[in-house]
Amino acid sequence: MFQDTGFRRRWWLYLLLTVALLVVVTPFVWMVLGSFKTSSELRQVPPTWLPEHPTLDNFTSLFSRLSFGTYFANSTLVAVAVTVGNLLFCSMVGYALAMLNFRGKKVIFALILGTLMIPGVVTFVPLFVLVANMGLVNTLPGLILPFLVGPFGVFLMRQFIMGLPRDLVEAARIDGAGEVKIFLRIILPLLGPAMATLGILTFLGSWNNFLWPLVVAQTNNSYTLPVALALYSTGQNQTEYGLLMAGATVVVLPVLVVFLIFQRHFIQGIATTGIK
Amino acid sequence: MSAPTAARPQKAAPRTRTSRSGGARLEERAGWLLTLPFLLLFLVFTAWPVIQSVFFSFTDIRNKDLRTPFAVDFVWFEQYAKAFADPVFQQAAFNTIYFVVVGVPLTIIVALAAAIALNNGISRFRAFFRLGFYTPVITSIVAVAVVWRFLLHPDSGLVNTVLGWIGINGPNWLGSTTWAMPSLIAMAVWRNFGTGMIIFLAGLQAVPTQLLEAASIDGAGPWQRFRNVVLPIIRPTVLFVMVTTTIGYLQFFEEPFVMTKGGPLNSTISASMYTYQQFSFGNYGFAAALSYLIFVVIAIITAIQFKFLSEKGD
Repeated sequence: MFQDTGFRRRWWLYLLLTVALLVVVTPFVWMVLGSFKTSSELRQVPPTWLPEHPTLDNFTSLFSRLSFGTYFANSTLVAVAVTVGNLLFCSMVGYALAMLNFRGKKVIFALILGTLMIPGVVTFVPLFVLVANMGLVNTLPGLILPFLVGPFGVFLMRQFIMGLPRDLVEAARIDGAGEVKIFLRIILPLLGPAMATLGILTFLGSWNNFLWPLVVAQTNNSYTLPVALALYSTGQNQTEYGLLMAGATVVVLPVLVVFLIFQRHFIQGIATTGIK
Repeated sequence: MSAPTAARPQKAAPRTRTSRSGGARLEERAGWLLTLPFLLLFLVFTAWPVIQSVFFSFTDIRNKDLRTPFAVDFVWFEQYAKAFADPVFQQAAFNTIYFVVVGVPLTIIVALAAAIALNNGISRFRAFFRLGFYTPVITSIVAVAVVWRFLLHPDSGLVNTVLGWIGINGPNWLGSTTWAMPSLIAMAVWRNFGTGMIIFLAGLQAVPTQLLEAASIDGAGPWQRFRNVVLPIIRPTVLFVMVTTTIGYLQFFEEPFVMTKGGPLNSTISASMYTYQQFSFGNYGFAAALSYLIFVVIAIITAIQFKFLSEKGD
């Protein structure tokens, strides 16, 4: 659409993007700065930008007055387990669907495609009944098991593996390698971009997941971060904004760091895994 | 990896595979072996609940029947009839449609504009801007809610403070039946446009620069180039983003749950949120019927959008 991408000819566009970026990022800056303010300063009219009396009290209260350490550990354990499960199981199925011939393959793929579009809200009632009958309410397995695999991951992996050269697999077969060995030694090392994309999306999805933990985690020591924060922020008590800002900052920063580290692979992965 | 091509003729050599059918059997076994762990989890935790939700929606189970979910009264379409007659559900359905009809086009326009500006308009700091615009997507909705509730506070909020500078007396955004929905939509657009932007960026790579240059030489302005060259090529991408955004917005739940609790006066309650509410009251049968209604609407809309995708796309 535009030809000249020179900096001088496009200064207005840079200006526009910078303004847009400021609008997008302001809430974060506000949140992080707010986490260092006292509750009374946060209530002040007109609001202040920089904290007048910077304090770490909000962060220390998170851990002393709430069990934030527990929520943090729960969120991390669940997100890591769900991510590892999806990466492993979905890549296995992706390989089988893309490169192997076996009876039932078409049925399985149709089943996966069919459930791809079913929203979470449809299944949470029967899923809760199931998990309750298994005795897994308020447990980490109850939070992890329903998300250990997903149709999206399989679809993504299958699409990516279909794009790999078939000759690699054929050659290894002729050399006498078994399918499991081919998967582990040949396919797995080539899945980098797809793994990065699925890994980031799954980790983010799990870390920020809200509805299911809200349903299944009903006691203080099984809360994940978003649930704890939501329940605390909508409680009956006078809202303590300082504490909430600090809590929100603690929720966002880990995933922001994870994303910053892997974003290059993520963008590359989106472009090559066929999510477009 | 480095399989010598010379190995090709020695077909009979491998010990594990003596004949074609033996190989096929091994492949069959490996296929199932690799699929089995996924399949078990998938059947138990995804497929089974999907089937069961239909069953539940025809029954009248409440909290106490959880241990024997099948020893229940069949009420057939009673729950559905109740849903259609329920004024709160009608309001929730209306709000959900409002959210989709206004929110989806806004999200797509902002996402596309950002993607085009980043892809073709600028050369420096592209990665920096891309990351900046994507940050809201990474953020937990609950953190977003905390900050936005604060920004939208009628007295000490930043939004009304800024409006005050130019002499506008801002409303009580989340406390007003008129402004609560627009506030939630603005927040949703802010939070979600980054996803569309990334996918559009991938789609725009497919637009050949020579074609744009040729159009430019022929005297086409930026808008004409967009309309006649870029848009037809990225059409499948636009439809993909449209379908996924619509499905996401039809499930509109977290925003009202953490921002307004559906209020004031049910003006922001959504179909998903009402489902959750009924569930938490223990009306599992009714909640299942509601969620199934949402699913049917999503399926219909998806089917319509896919029809367009296959007709006009390739």
